[in-house]
Amino acid sequence: MKYRIQEEAREGTMLINMGPSHPAMHGTTRVMLELDGEKIVNCELEMGYLHRGFEKICENKTYFNMLIYTDRMNYVSPLINNTGYVMTLEKMLGIDVPERAQYIRVILNEFSRVCDHLTALAAMCMECGAFTVFLYMMKAREYIWDLMEQTTGARMTTSFIRIGGVRSDFPADWKETTRIAVEETRKVLKDCHGLMSKNKIFLNRTRDVAIVTQEMAINYGWTGPCLRSTGVNYDVRKAFPYLVYDQVDFEIPLGKRGDNFDRYMVRMQEMEQSLRIVEQCMTKIPEPSSPLQSRPDGVEPADAIKASRMKRPDGAIKLSPNLEGTEKEKYPGILAGKKNIVPPKEDTYTNIEGLISHFKFFMRGHGIRPPKGEVYFAVEGGSGELGFYIISDGTDKPYRLHLRAPCLHIVAALEELVLGNYVADVIPTFGSMNMIGGELDR
Amino acid sequence: MAISKEKILEDLKQKFSSEILDITAQFGDDIILIKKEALLDIANFLMEDPYSFTMLLDLTCVDYLGEQQRFEMVYQFFSLSHKLRLRFKARLQENDCRIASLTSIFKNANWLEREAYDMFGVHFTGHPYLRRLFMYDGFEGHPLRKDYPLRKQQPKIQLRK
Amino acid sequence: MKNKKDGKGGFITTTFNSMLGWGRKFSLFQYPFITACCGMEYMSVACAHYDLDRFGMGWTRFTPRQADMLLVVGTISHKEAPVLKTVYDQMTEPKWVVAFGACAVSGGIYDNYAVVQGIDRIIPVDVYIPGCPPRPETVINALIKLQEKIQKEGHEWRFQKKKS
Repeated sequence: MKYRIQEEAREGTMLINMGPSHPAMHGTTRVMLELDGEKIVNCELEMGYLHRGFEKICENKTYFNMLIYTDRMNYVSPLINNTGYVMTLEKMLGIDVPERAQYIRVILNEFSRVCDHLTALAAMCMECGAFTVFLYMMKAREYIWDLMEQTTGARMTTSFIRIGGVRSDFPADWKETTRIAVEETRKVLKDCHGLMSKNKIFLNRTRDVAIVTQEMAINYGWTGPCLRSTGVNYDVRKAFPYLVYDQVDFEIPLGKRGDNFDRYMVRMQEMEQSLRIVEQCMTKIPEPSSPLQSRPDGVEPADAIKASRMKRPDGAIKLSPNLEGTEKEKYPGILAGKKNIVPPKEDTYTNIEGLISHFKFFMRGHGIRPPKGEVYFAVEGGSGELGFYIISDGTDKPYRLHLRAPCLHIVAALEELVLGNYVADVIPTFGSMNMIGGELDR
Repeated sequence: MAISKEKILEDLKQKFSSEILDITAQFGDDIILIKKEALLDIANFLMEDPYSFTMLLDLTCVDYLGEQQRFEMVYQFFSLSHKLRLRFKARLQENDCRIASLTSIFKNANWLEREAYDMFGVHFTGHPYLRRLFMYDGFEGHPLRKDYPLRKQQPKIQLRK
Repeated sequence: MKNKKDGKGGFITTTFNSMLGWGRKFSLFQYPFITACCGMEYMSVACAHYDLDRFGMGWTRFTPRQADMLLVVGTISHKEAPVLKTVYDQMTEPKWVVAFGACAVSGGIYDNYAVVQGIDRIIPVDVYIPGCPPRPETVINALIKLQEKIQKEGHEWRFQKKKS
């Protein structure tokens, strides 16, 4: 079947293909252009080269297993996807998250958002020719990933946010690492502002290129920084506040013209606001109820597990009154709930209630079984409103999970936006839209 | 001008009393079940002031294999001025899975409907370019239907080994 | 004809081989075929903190015709497979392929209708890098292994049509 652009092609024009494996295509989209000289007369975008069958997999895995797949959707800000998925389930199950866990979630989400904007702008500036900006922003990202690695154990795909809270608490020296990350990011932002924001070449390439009006943006379903660059004030964190966003003070930067430069500026200013949120959370976060990342009885988990393998426990075996161990909090202060959490490994190895809870959590047919029904919940992702729509039929696997990917709506407008511009304008336009292949193609 | 959700639902019920089959609420969201023929009228009605549901947030489809009305289209509309989300659902039969396309009203419906066509096989009448979005042209079948096996691969080129 | 592939041969041939191997391994021109999340780790490896330039692989050639190392980074779906094959065919000899990340090695966590279960079903692979995504140290370890492999293998330095 011929493409639309092939069927509509006129005489005397040239069809050009910016193929799926292109350095400026952020992965995998194919842009087909019909050119009259250098001007673009028609444009068609083909996507789906990274379709990995996320929604079909969901119907075959349990709710807990799905967590790792959500990381890999918008892979530059994985913790935000985790949060969105987990909060949708919490809305369905009716679980209240402890306050310290909410602050931890907000700090990590905002750092993820900074990573997302850093990567997007680094790629956009590199493709316009400013390679230094790319290197500086990657350097800042490394400091943020240092904090992520110390807390969660992984640099990128963390699966840290769990149903009911977070997987574990911050390490003991997290405030120092966070302070360094914030300081380095601020230095990099100042340098990049100096390099790009008043740079004549960059302004010529991005000012008044691909202008989007407010009506067009709303009609296309744009959300996030791209919508805010046109002047519409819509942010999910302010409109439908979740976690502790109503207790911290931050502004929503808005653009005026909706061109490429405004999208760049909105992202730069949003990063500053995110760092502001992180600093406020660092002071407001409640103290942990037990020492950080250690067990209430003071025994290291690895030692407890090793001891359990050597010999039987000394002394009389104490069983919990209801034989479920649910009257003792397994992860005090950071993870709430009884049936929706994985018990800590040393409990699984040392007492019978832990073993039973572990077994009942992971056994097929048991585990997390939300009530029948459907729910939709949205968080503010790096590109816009990231929504999860889950239909549950009462079993431990979702019946249908649909992700409202913000990138899809934004990239759908590219075909109309580049008409009348030159070929070289496609690159900053596509870069400023922040297309993430994993989210677009799911 | 602020308008409450209850007023909007009441106005809808008044204007489209025969087309709206059911209005429920689950976990805090409002769900309105409608007949598929009424979709365009309701969308046009809600676009205007004072309701101003000017954004189509999402469009998707659910497959209930085994039931008579197999496919269920789900639409989420959003109003920026009132910060309200509404969910509309319409059922389709298996042998007649056609529904009107929203491309004349919302521009992002173009790609969203192509995705629904690709994954489920639902046809949208009036769509300018209904073509597969995620899968390639020679792919047979619609992957997200419940009777399509998860691991059935259809390689596009000859694989080694 | 002496078997050149395993480096056996006379003194001059083996010395020439090792010199050619030395030259080729320290000036690899890479073509990163980036699709998915591993691309972020590739960007980290190539940038300032974990530098790839010190191993000779600094210059990323954005066209396969000028590259001799194909780094397949990320998941390859069936729709992308012909593109990968075309890119591989466009590269000139000698060429090496590195499968970066669990999805390129074996399909990763995606065992379904859309994903190729490992790129060695499409093109021959020299080094496999496991991890989802692999840490930068793992990547550097793998690239050093590739350099050792290049050093040891016999090089076809006369023009001969390769049978594959």
